[in-house]
Amino acid sequence: MDEEYDVVVLGTGLTECILSGLLSVEGKKVLHMDRNDYYGGDSASLNLTQLYRKFRPDQAVPQDLGRDRDYAVDLIPKFIIASGELTRILVHTDVTRYLEFKQIAGSFVYRDGKISKVPSTEMEAVKSPLMGLFEKRRAKKFFEFLQGWKDEDPATHQGIDLDKDTMATVYEKFGLEPGTQDFIGHAMALYLDDDYKKKPARPTYERIILYTSSMARYGKSPYIYPLYGLGELPQAFARLSAIYGGTYMLDKPIDEIVTDADGKFVGVRSGNETVKAKQVVGDPSYFGAGKSADGGKVRVIEEGKVVRAICFLKHPIPGTDDSDSAQIIIPQNQVGRRNDIYIACVSSTHNVCAKDVYVAIVSTIVETDKPEQELAPGLQLLGPIHDKFVSVSSIYTPTSSGESDNIFITRSYDATSHFETVVEDVQNVWKRMNGKDLVLKKRDVNVEA
Amino acid sequence: MSKQFQFKLVLLGESAVGKSSLVLRFVKDQFDDYRESTIGAAFLTQTVTLEDQTTVKFEIWDTAGQERYKSLAPMYYRNANCAVVVYDITQSTSLEKAKSWIRELQRQADPNIVIALCGNKLDLAARRQVSEEEAKKYAEEEGLMWGETSAKTGEGVSDIFTSIAKKLPLTAPPSARGGARAGPARTGVDLNKQAVAGQGQGEQCNC
Repeated sequence: MDEEYDVVVLGTGLTECILSGLLSVEGKKVLHMDRNDYYGGDSASLNLTQLYRKFRPDQAVPQDLGRDRDYAVDLIPKFIIASGELTRILVHTDVTRYLEFKQIAGSFVYRDGKISKVPSTEMEAVKSPLMGLFEKRRAKKFFEFLQGWKDEDPATHQGIDLDKDTMATVYEKFGLEPGTQDFIGHAMALYLDDDYKKKPARPTYERIILYTSSMARYGKSPYIYPLYGLGELPQAFARLSAIYGGTYMLDKPIDEIVTDADGKFVGVRSGNETVKAKQVVGDPSYFGAGKSADGGKVRVIEEGKVVRAICFLKHPIPGTDDSDSAQIIIPQNQVGRRNDIYIACVSSTHNVCAKDVYVAIVSTIVETDKPEQELAPGLQLLGPIHDKFVSVSSIYTPTSSGESDNIFITRSYDATSHFETVVEDVQNVWKRMNGKDLVLKKRDVNVEA
Repeated sequence: MSKQFQFKLVLLGESAVGKSSLVLRFVKDQFDDYRESTIGAAFLTQTVTLEDQTTVKFEIWDTAGQERYKSLAPMYYRNANCAVVVYDITQSTSLEKAKSWIRELQRQADPNIVIALCGNKLDLAARRQVSEEEAKKYAEEEGLMWGETSAKTGEGVSDIFTSIAKKLPLTAPPSARGGARAGPARTGVDLNKQAVAGQGQGEQCNC
C-alpha cells in the first residue's frame, strides 16, 4: 500500500468496476478496494450463506433450498437491454469472453387484474388481448409512425415535432386509449411514472425504438442476462482492470478519505496505512451515505428510497406460460400509485439457484411509510412465496461533481429495470474525471502476453 | 476422424512462483528473465495433440495478479476443468500457499476438476527447499497429479500439460458447464455476433 496510484476505486459495484476496467485500459495505475470479501457491492449476487449473513445474520441457512454454491441471488433486479449501451461496452471491451448470456424469456405487463405479454411486433399487437379491434388499428398506425420516422424527411413527421410536441400530444394525435398509453409508456419506454407525457416526445421515441430493436435482436424479450447472476458483470470488468495492471484488495476496511487543508483528495486510510492517489472514485457508501455528517463534509444526499423483496418460489410465476424468466411491469395507474412496481424473475436456467427454484424480485420506489405494503400488488402475482427477504435502500447522489476536490462519487442503483442509467453514470463520472467524453476503443482481441 | 476438446485451465499459486512464465513457455516456448508481474496477458490458448490424434485445446486463465491480496473472483474458478497449482521448489512457504489454493479449489471449484501440483524453478535445484518426496507424498494423499518444471529451460513443461490432457475425461464432450465459453460449445446468446447483425435486424422490425 506504500505505492502511489493514479486512481483509487472504492467499492466493486458494476459502476466502479466498469470505470476501473476502462481506466486501467487507458493506462492509469489503479488500486481497487472493497470492504466486503466478495465482488459486486450493492450489485453483487450472493450465495445462500452470504444472503443470510446479510439479511438474517442470526439464522442458519435452511437445508431445503439445495446446495449453497448453486445460488447467485442478485441484490438489485435489473436485466441487460439487448441493444443498449451496456451491451456495447461489453462487446467493445471484449469482456464478453468471460461471460455467457441467456435471454430473458418474456416481458409482461399488468392490466385490469391480469398479466399479458407486451406486444413488440405488429403481429403480436394484432393478437394481443391488451387492445380492442379499433385500438389495434390506431396502435398499428402509431408504431408505423415511430418506425418510419426519419429526422431528415419531413414527410415521415406527420406534422409532429419530436423536440417540441409532448408525448401526450403524440398519443392524442393517434387517439390512443389511456390503457394503451400505460403499456407503451411503462412497459416499452420503461418510464417509472407519468411525468414523461408532459415532456417533449423524442426521449420516449428513442426509448420505444431501443425496446423494439432489443426485442428484434433475440426474439423472446428485449433482455439478456448473464449466467450465474448479475454479479458476474462487475467481476468481468474487474478482471479487465487486473489484466491491465489494476491491483485488487477485497475485505479491506476503509476508515478515512484523507484530504488536504483545501479539502482536496490526498489518499485513503485503512487502519494505520494510507495509500495516496491523484483521484478517488467510489460508491456513496464510502462517502458518508447513511451516516450523520458529524462535522465532516456532506458528500452525498438521499434522493429517494427503493423497496425490494427477493422472493424464492417453487414454481414459475402464474400467467407467464411457465417462463423460466420474466419481467412483469405493473404500471402505476393500474394500482393507484405514482411509481410502477416491477417484478424480475430468473431461475435455475440462468444458474442462479437450485433446480425448480425461481427467484423473483419485486421492487418499487417508496411512496409511503409502509414500504413493504406497497409491494403487495406485485407479491400477489407470484403465487405461494416460499421465502422472502425485504429491504429498503436509499438512493444516493453526490453533492458535487468532484472536479474541485478529485473526489468522484457514483450514484446508487436506481429502480429502473435495466443498466442504461448505470452506463450514463459511468460516462458522466468519466467526463468529470478526465475532462473529456468516454470514447470506447475496440480492444485488441489477440492481446496475448 | 480426430476428436477435438476444449477445456478451461486455471493457474494458481503465490505471486512470483512463475505461473505466467510457465504458460509463456508452454504456449510460445519463450522465457523472459526479467518478466514483470502479469500485465495484459490473461487469456492464452494452446493445443495438445495426443497419440491417438485427439486434440485438446486449453483455454488458459492467468490470475492477472488478483491472487496477490486474496481477491480472486469466483468467476475465475467457475467451470474450470483443470487447474495447475504452482509452487517454487526454492521456497518452502510457496508449497504451503499452494496447499491453501488446493483447499480453495476443493471448496469452490467443480468436484470433478483435475488438479496438477507443479514445482517450478527446477533450474535452481541447487537451492531446493522442497524435496520431491515431500511434494509427491502430499499430492498422492490429495489425489493430485504432480510434476516439477523449469519454465526457464523448458524441462517438464509440456509433460505436465500433456499429462493433464490425458487425464481429462475425453470420453464425454465437455458438458454445458464445461469451460468452453470462447469456443463453439457456447450455448447462450452471442453478443459479438449479434452486435454486427443486430443493426440490420432492427430495421426489419415491423411493429
